[in-house]
Amino acid sequence: MVASTSTVATLELLRWIPLIPLCACAINIFFGRALGHRTAGVLASAAVGVSLALALYVFWLLPATGIFHDLLYTWIESGSFRVNLSFQVDALTAIMLLVVTGIGFLIHIYSLGYMAHDDGKVRFFIYLNLFIFFMLLLVMGDNLLLLFVGWEGVGLCSYLLVGFWYHDAKNTIAGNKAFIVNRIGDLGFILGIFLLVTELGRQGIWTLDFAELPKHVSLLTPATITLITLLLFVGAVGKSAQIPLFVWLPDAMAGPTPVSALIHAATMVTAGVYMTARLHFLFAPAPYTLSIIAIIGAATAFFAATVAIAQNDIKKVLAYSTVSQLGYMFLAVGIGAFSAAIFHLFTHAFFKACLFLGSGSVIHALDGEQDMRKMGGLRSYLPKTYWTYVIATLAIAGVPLTAGFFSKDLILWQAFSHGSYALWLVGVVTAGLTAFYMFRQLFMVFHGSSRVEDHVKPHIHESPAVMTVPLIVLAIGSIFTGWLGAPEYLWGSLWDRWVQPVFGGAHGAEHGPVTTEILVTLVTVAIVAIGIYLAYARYARTGTRVVPAEAAAGLYRVLLNSYWIDEFYDRIAVRPFTRVSQWLAQIFDPLVIDGLVNGVAKVARGFSLIWREAQTGNVQHYLIGFLAATLALLIYYLRQL
Amino acid sequence: MVPLDYYLILSAIIFAIGVVGVLIRRNLIIVLMSIELMLNAVNLTFIAFANSLGSMDGQVIVFFVMAVAAAEAVIGLAIVISVFRHRQSLDPQEMQLLKW
Repeated sequence: MVASTSTVATLELLRWIPLIPLCACAINIFFGRALGHRTAGVLASAAVGVSLALALYVFWLLPATGIFHDLLYTWIESGSFRVNLSFQVDALTAIMLLVVTGIGFLIHIYSLGYMAHDDGKVRFFIYLNLFIFFMLLLVMGDNLLLLFVGWEGVGLCSYLLVGFWYHDAKNTIAGNKAFIVNRIGDLGFILGIFLLVTELGRQGIWTLDFAELPKHVSLLTPATITLITLLLFVGAVGKSAQIPLFVWLPDAMAGPTPVSALIHAATMVTAGVYMTARLHFLFAPAPYTLSIIAIIGAATAFFAATVAIAQNDIKKVLAYSTVSQLGYMFLAVGIGAFSAAIFHLFTHAFFKACLFLGSGSVIHALDGEQDMRKMGGLRSYLPKTYWTYVIATLAIAGVPLTAGFFSKDLILWQAFSHGSYALWLVGVVTAGLTAFYMFRQLFMVFHGSSRVEDHVKPHIHESPAVMTVPLIVLAIGSIFTGWLGAPEYLWGSLWDRWVQPVFGGAHGAEHGPVTTEILVTLVTVAIVAIGIYLAYARYARTGTRVVPAEAAAGLYRVLLNSYWIDEFYDRIAVRPFTRVSQWLAQIFDPLVIDGLVNGVAKVARGFSLIWREAQTGNVQHYLIGFLAATLALLIYYLRQL
Repeated sequence: MVPLDYYLILSAIIFAIGVVGVLIRRNLIIVLMSIELMLNAVNLTFIAFANSLGSMDGQVIVFFVMAVAAAEAVIGLAIVISVFRHRQSLDPQEMQLLKW
């Protein structure tokens, strides 16, 4: 099949969508202190608000199969290789734009309240605006190199924001971990780009433009495409926290909660999914890569869900849940259902941001407490937070007619109709686990009797409106965004009509018999219901002390420590690396490197000791040399005559 | 009319005396005088050529050289005096501070 032809129009407005947050960032860097904490925060939020307004306007202008394009200037030109600094918006980018600016805007507003008492507020908003800029660069760039610039930029901002409270060494280490683990993925990513450029260059095609690349994919051999896509996927594994590089995401929760919501749930970590969808024309003809993606996605989804069950830190549960949901998205990518993956990305952004901001509201109310064993019964203290949390929990658990139900069900149905029954089964079981751990969290935090420490109890308060309004907006989104992609037997999918043209020839929605589809959905719903019931039975009436699961103490310990993966990596990678580094620092560097450098210096010094004898300090000796040289020159030129 | 060659040979001899004086004498005042000798040897060459070619250019340059030589003598002697006050000696071989 040929990709549907699309109309390209120039729209100079596009450049302002990323540039306005960048301008606000620059203003805050130079004048933030002078403006004061409040104004700086409002300025940062307003900038993202303007970007959101522009994004909405562009979305409204954009025809179904159209592409808007905006060329700033040519960035690199070398022979026939040319990279432009230019932006493009098609249906896929438009959705990402709305997610980034929309959720970004809400989280900026929320941060005004959450970070109100923090000394580093100006710095926080500088980083946050910079992040929005890079994320927009990532989704709007019209070539792979620009995407990579954004990709690295958001990684940098993630590092800065995870280690935002740098006075605590633990946070800095978490930031370093996030950065270093991402380096591993990014190495694969950039190697993939190099391979793509050189392989196409060998055929005389020098381009990285998303508009040009699909036309030339047929020049590549299947083996090359497989290798390229595998390398690119390594980048996605790092950025989107899939097995085996997921370890940084749970630790990244050391950052402020709005950061966890924006970067480590709604936007940055989904960049890997966006990248595979953007390059669907490369991934679709690589069945081997796709099956690996599907397996890794399903394994991650299941694995992270099991770990989330045993966590006691309110944010760690959500972190593992994010890893698990990202696994679902890659499962969808792996079976070629790019549209379903982006749909889940879209709905997930709403309910996960809502959950994170809700947890932030709880943490805020409890004066920084994150341990769920010291919560409980908060329902009456934090009514707004509670109700939004309930809605988002229903959505992520996949209760019918919420956003998560539609998107997750779409993925599971695609897996089933694609014939990947094993993947489907893993997905369904994971859905049950998801329902269990999310309701376990809901019950532990908001229901049962209060286990809040006595000195905190008097201060428990509902968050101010600046924090609850974003929660309410996101909760509404957690229900209704899913309705865009309803299955055919309900009212049909607006989503597919909108996004499918982007993926053109790529594998689209497969439609099996409606009765099977409904039956598959019912199975999922039943398993979700069981998960919710088990959580209810076990945790809904938790007393003043959370009883550890004694019957399964061993398994519980395994899950609590997330299968000791961190310790395993520490043993096989970090410690040997540290030991080699120590050897290099203490033995190799002083002896070999310093020896070489000092040796060169010694040789030079030896020659100097000889030659300096010529310098007597006596003017008359110098003049003799002068005379001799003059005579020599004179003789030389006289002989030329 | 004396041939040009004679002037040039005389000039070369005076120049060589000046060079040797600069190189070997142990008294700064003599060294300065030797420099004057070299300059005047060159002046003589200029004049000789000016005369033989019938051009005024060489004579003009000689005036410049004389002016510069006068200035150089003034500064040179001032330095010599201050060096002597400082060290009670004018032997250039003793002035070797400016080395490694």
